[in-house]
Amino acid sequence: MSAGLEISLIAALISAACALPGAFLVFRRMSMMTDAITHSILLGIVLAFFRTRDLTSPWLIVGATLMGVFTVWLTETLTQTRLLKEDAAIGIVYSTLFSVAIILIALNARSVHIDTDSVLLGELAFAPFDRLILFGRDFGARSIYLSGIVLIINLAVIGIFYKELRLTTFDPAFAAAIGFSPFIVHYLLMLLVSMTAVAAFEAVGSVLVVAFMIIPPVTAGFLSDNMKTQFVLSALIGALSGVVGYAAAVKLDVSIAGCMAVVCGLFFMLAFLFAPKRGWVSERARYWARKIEFDRFTLLTHLIHHAGSEIEERENSLASLPHHLGWSPRRVERASRYLIERGTIRSFNGIFFVSDRGKTEYLSYCRELFGDAAENFDPANGG
Amino acid sequence: MKSETAIVVEDLTVAYDVKPVLWDVDLDIPAGTLTAIIGPNGAGKTTLLKAILGLVKPISGSIEFPTVGKNARKDLIAYVPQSGSVDWDFPVNALDVVMMGRYGYLGWFRRPGKADRAAAMEALAAVGMESFALRQIDQLSGGQQQRVFLARALVQNAEIYLMDEPFKGVDARTEKAIVALLKGLKNDGKTVVVVHHDLQTVRGTFDRVALINLHVIDSGPIQTVFNESNLARTYGGKEFLASAHKGERHD
Amino acid sequence: MIETLTVIFQDYTFQIVALGSAMLGVISGVLGSFAVLRKQSLLGDCVSHSALPGVVLAFLSTGEKNSVILLLGALASGFLAAGFVTLIGRNSKVKSDAAQGIILSVFFGLGMALLTFSQNLPNANQAGLKRFIYGQASTMRRGDVFLMLIVGAVLIGTVVLLWKEFLLFTFDSAYGETLGFRSARINAILTFLIVCAILIGLQTVGVVLMSAMLITPAVAARQWTDRLSWMVVLAALFGAVAGVGGTLVSSLVPEMPTGPVIVVCISAIAIFSVFFAPRRGILARLIERARFRKLLKAEIGGES
Repeated sequence: MSAGLEISLIAALISAACALPGAFLVFRRMSMMTDAITHSILLGIVLAFFRTRDLTSPWLIVGATLMGVFTVWLTETLTQTRLLKEDAAIGIVYSTLFSVAIILIALNARSVHIDTDSVLLGELAFAPFDRLILFGRDFGARSIYLSGIVLIINLAVIGIFYKELRLTTFDPAFAAAIGFSPFIVHYLLMLLVSMTAVAAFEAVGSVLVVAFMIIPPVTAGFLSDNMKTQFVLSALIGALSGVVGYAAAVKLDVSIAGCMAVVCGLFFMLAFLFAPKRGWVSERARYWARKIEFDRFTLLTHLIHHAGSEIEERENSLASLPHHLGWSPRRVERASRYLIERGTIRSFNGIFFVSDRGKTEYLSYCRELFGDAAENFDPANGG
Repeated sequence: MKSETAIVVEDLTVAYDVKPVLWDVDLDIPAGTLTAIIGPNGAGKTTLLKAILGLVKPISGSIEFPTVGKNARKDLIAYVPQSGSVDWDFPVNALDVVMMGRYGYLGWFRRPGKADRAAAMEALAAVGMESFALRQIDQLSGGQQQRVFLARALVQNAEIYLMDEPFKGVDARTEKAIVALLKGLKNDGKTVVVVHHDLQTVRGTFDRVALINLHVIDSGPIQTVFNESNLARTYGGKEFLASAHKGERHD
Repeated sequence: MIETLTVIFQDYTFQIVALGSAMLGVISGVLGSFAVLRKQSLLGDCVSHSALPGVVLAFLSTGEKNSVILLLGALASGFLAAGFVTLIGRNSKVKSDAAQGIILSVFFGLGMALLTFSQNLPNANQAGLKRFIYGQASTMRRGDVFLMLIVGAVLIGTVVLLWKEFLLFTFDSAYGETLGFRSARINAILTFLIVCAILIGLQTVGVVLMSAMLITPAVAARQWTDRLSWMVVLAALFGAVAGVGGTLVSSLVPEMPTGPVIVVCISAIAIFSVFFAPRRGILARLIERARFRKLLKAEIGGES
């Protein structure tokens, strides 16, 4: 396998692995916790290194994962004292742990060869140099296996505990009542997040892990209402931004991880703006369409309410309506022209009158909007 | 004698997104009266107050204050929000909160001085809270918190007072204090509009009532408006609506 | 020991760095108080990360490593990021924390891509740029400190001038609106000041640790007082103490990086405050609870 292909594969695997637990984080409003976890795992790595004195030891991964879970616990414990708010607790905990890690690295610079630059920035480009060699044979880059295993673990755990995770995310009180401890499920998820972050951290650096955990699930949320579809979509979006990001990075000769995050962000932007149904453009279009319809109904309601009163002339003329409704004359003009064309109202000497058809339409529209309460709006009831 | 009108709401329609919350509301509130706004949950009572204050933008309609005038200071219309809408752990004490009532009068940049402090203390005394002036607001009971927020409105020395459920969750002593305060405001010729929940206490406390459920069912003096048939029309429809929604969910 | 200390305190570099760090502590303590009370603690995190592309672009387009120009770039992209977060929150159902995470990571990714691009340029020596990621207090020069003093004076002056408005807005913005104070206007001013405070600290403690400087002094100060004015003063004091303390430790111990030590100092102050502050602190509350239990027991015992 060529180095380029290997990097693409790693990027795709890592991004997909991140997107899976990330979906639950987004649902649980814990997006910024990922930022905390990805920074504080550095301390876990450093401490585990002091025990093992070996930068390739798997214990480093264990130490880092535990430190991630510890970060979550510490943050939540601090928040529970009610002396500070959760967002402040997150900020304090991770920055302190990260500072301690940086100090430890700096003081032991001779023995610890952790490049603090690559901690924040990652070095996916070097991944193919780290080979998995068994029995004298080259099985490919080590990271492929690492990220592949993490992806499989995530798929398996989320697959097995899908029901529990879903329940504790959306209705923790009910989950606890029927015997699923939200606490255990919560920390299982945190363990997963932390482990994934550790694996991803080596490749893309701590800051950009946040991008791959949060952006794909949020983007998928714009595209589908179904939670399972969202999972599949977010894994796909993650993988796709990994591959496209790498290609772009090669083309432009810039940072791979940076490009991956930017591509991921572009996907988000596209979905945010143009997603069918939920995107900004279609939301706006729908809003305006409904608003125009609403204007017509508002006008009709106003005319009906003031029909037959002695001040009808004052209230219901084309000249006075803009003042009463607080609308521009153009807005009144537009709504009334439509109603006249439909035959719901008639204009006589510049005063509008509601036709019988208009009254029927008004009532049916009321029923649509308010259900049975609509009878309150029947002018015959004196409303 | 024809009395002046303090608040004129005309053809007011308010919608969140495009879901209507208030529907072609016309309402006149005479100056110097105590009006209760009554209606079921979700009837748009709070929205009506917010629309009058200009906190939400209506789809259509207008709101005028003939007694106050168009170009008057905004703080001549005082607002007491529903309790629980602030961060109680915020580092301010009761006096600090009441002082905020003077800010509108002071305008940008000017700092509150001795006179403002004295006015704030006076308002605290009016609600029986002067001995709690230096307490942080989280260390006050629910009723005491409510009284502090009332004092904040009092110190505004406004013409019109809009209160959102001031009686909600307060103790008997606070309730008494609030009732006395409302009557005092009325005697001073102020106009008071209160969103109210407890139908039992309407008669003894208020002199006018506005029944609202998406639009005005009826409004006027208690004697003529506050009756069984109007209440049934105000609350009945909403119950139907609720049951209709439940039915949908079971489908 | 005392001799070493006097030598250090008379050292010109130390004086400069300590003054700069203290000033940073004061600025971030004051504005951080408002950020924390508005529950926007992580805005600092978001803005500081998001400043990177602006810094690199400013460098790429002017070729200068002048602090002021890089800061202007940072200001532009930091403010843009804060605007995007608001925009996403207002126009979709995306939660504000997710919006912050998205903007933070995408902007930072863009910054990294630009940074590596600038590294490929023939004449680029971007050592000055790296400073913005990790911060290097020890390379602070007189000009930097001077800039900090000026910006700090302007920021704190504005806070003093608009104290009443900021208090009202932070505590109850809807009520402020009914008094005639436009929330949007106050929000824009306050956010602008907070963004400035964050950016001024970037080259001292760097992107990651700047959010600590914003949050931690304020949280520590909150435990000791129930008045906003005292909270702000204490936060500034704690920030300054941590700044000087951190600088001192890092100049006593070789290889000790200044930024992280400052952060550890301020965190230590916060931890101490959370545990030992009178009345609010954990210890005080435990004692209070024990006393209450005793009282209760005595009462029940007395009745029976």
